[in-house]
Amino acid sequence: MKTIIFKTASTYLLPILLLFSVFILLRGHYLPGGGFVGGLIASIAYVLHSFANGLDRTKDVIKFHPGFLMPVGLSLSLLSGMAPLLHELPFMTGLWAHDPVPVLGNIGSALFFDIGVYLVVVGVVLTIIFTISESI
Amino acid sequence: MSNQYIIFPVLFQLFTAIVLMFFWTKRTAQKFISMGGSVIALGIAVWLFSTVWNGGIFTMQAGSWQAPFGITFVADVFSSTLVLLTAISGLAVSVFSAGSVRNRRIKFGYFPIFHLLLMGLNGAFLTGDIFNLYVWFEIIIISSFVLLTLGGEKPQIEGSIKYVTMNLLASVIFLTAIAILYGLAGSLNMADLSLKIPEIENQGLVNVTAILFLIGFGIKSAVFPLYFWLPASYHTPPPAISAIFGGLLTKVGVYALFRVFTLIFVPDEFTGNLISWIAVFTILAGGLGALVQTNIRKAFSYLIVCHIGFMIAGLGIYTELAIAGAIFYLIHDITVKTNLFLVSGMIFKIEGTYNMRYMGGLYRSWPKLSLLMAIPLFSLVGIPPLSGFWAKIFLIEAGFRTNEYVVIAFIILGSFLTLFVIARIWAEVFWKKGAELPKKEYVKYFFELRRAKQYAMIIPIVLLSAVTLYIGLGAENIVAVAKVIGADLMDPSQYIEAVLGNSNPTDAP
Repeated sequence: MKTIIFKTASTYLLPILLLFSVFILLRGHYLPGGGFVGGLIASIAYVLHSFANGLDRTKDVIKFHPGFLMPVGLSLSLLSGMAPLLHELPFMTGLWAHDPVPVLGNIGSALFFDIGVYLVVVGVVLTIIFTISESI
Repeated sequence: MSNQYIIFPVLFQLFTAIVLMFFWTKRTAQKFISMGGSVIALGIAVWLFSTVWNGGIFTMQAGSWQAPFGITFVADVFSSTLVLLTAISGLAVSVFSAGSVRNRRIKFGYFPIFHLLLMGLNGAFLTGDIFNLYVWFEIIIISSFVLLTLGGEKPQIEGSIKYVTMNLLASVIFLTAIAILYGLAGSLNMADLSLKIPEIENQGLVNVTAILFLIGFGIKSAVFPLYFWLPASYHTPPPAISAIFGGLLTKVGVYALFRVFTLIFVPDEFTGNLISWIAVFTILAGGLGALVQTNIRKAFSYLIVCHIGFMIAGLGIYTELAIAGAIFYLIHDITVKTNLFLVSGMIFKIEGTYNMRYMGGLYRSWPKLSLLMAIPLFSLVGIPPLSGFWAKIFLIEAGFRTNEYVVIAFIILGSFLTLFVIARIWAEVFWKKGAELPKKEYVKYFFELRRAKQYAMIIPIVLLSAVTLYIGLGAENIVAVAKVIGADLMDPSQYIEAVLGNSNPTDAP
């Protein structure tokens, strides 16, 4: 599928899709969206890039093994779940900042949990797809 | 009482798994992290057990959502005992894995998945929400599927297809049952369900749901007639993995059966009889299956099925004494079955085969090790004063009090079948003069291993045998625990009060 149109488009689609995935991630708490969908969209961005430019180029773009994102994301989620324990509250209780941040809105521990999910999904999907396309 | 920290057995296993994932390529480091993590997990489990034993039932409302609506975690004596046993078996298997699992398997994430499996087990024991129980079951299935296929040998794949198919079927039935239950009662909290179920008008549908739960958990705990996936798959993975499967996985199903059929559905006469008959046939099927096996791991797998029957029989009789006996049997069985599969791995490393026809002379060449291996083998049979004996005494006594003579007859028959199988294994493997086998090149024999690896295989067997000896010789302590659990299960009012009664004022800020 290495047509010139696809190739040119994929260079622009990669940042746009990544931005869109972050948007989906951030709107996730009250509206449809969230870490899982956002992670899927982010990994689709890279998959599309690899279809157009070849796997090696995409790996150069990412720079490290995507599997590394799995433990990072898991630890972020675990820590955000355990943060309420410092306040003597049960595991996974939502902690919220008092004042909303511009653009992002209310920041709470749920956001960090979702970011963790996002990273895990990106890590898992890219590891699976890269491994499969390498073995073909 | 509410206690935020009862979830730590679950969280700590997740933490260990994450740390292990950071050390994905460093095999030696993984072994030490896994062993260290298992020791700490044992410490946490001991803390949990002593807290619950001294302070009563503790609950935790995840995310501060109050009881019937949020997910509740409950630590009563039953669940904390099982968490403790999981930690003991986990430690033993972790050390044994460090000595015996091949590098090729460790490279593909053996240790992280192993700890995720333990996380799933702890979660299933601690949760007080029926849908959350299903989620933990899924975590257990997924991790066990990976562990079962890791290494990718042909028999492994064949066994795991049967394993996964049956377990997915069980999950579907379990999920259907949950859906119907939610439609009937409008709640998923087990304590809340316990109050709501008797008030439902359509008791016929409630009974059908109970049977669906029985089928779902029955497949998972390998009871008659859907037990055949177990002997078809448990002998295929490396012995360390079979040990954790044989010791704990089917027991989660038994745990769930006990929990659901004492708390949510109280068996009526039909269901009680059904459970008793299932127990009887399970004992028969497992015992007879074990008779004809020549592969020692297959024989042990059939014995698992046989002994699941003993525990289900306790549930079928359904008196406090019978439940206590079944719990005692559960405690004994987890340590002994884990140990037996470790022993089978040890025998394989010494002899180079699992087929008992070709083995022999183990007692002559390794007398001390043979005596060590005799402890789990003989306590499985229930030779007094070893641990299996006391559990059966309780079950039989409970049977006499309720005149369930058929069940008693089959428990005794099952014990004789077990005795016969173990005696045959003892005669064939340990006493018979062994034939000289041609050395296999791809097997690394026990005497070829380094000292540290040899000890890593012996120490877990010593540890579990010591626990078995304690259960047998210090039986009065275990009986006290089992009786408390029996009383708790038969009268769930304390459990319900602990979950629903406390309106702790920790609302989210």
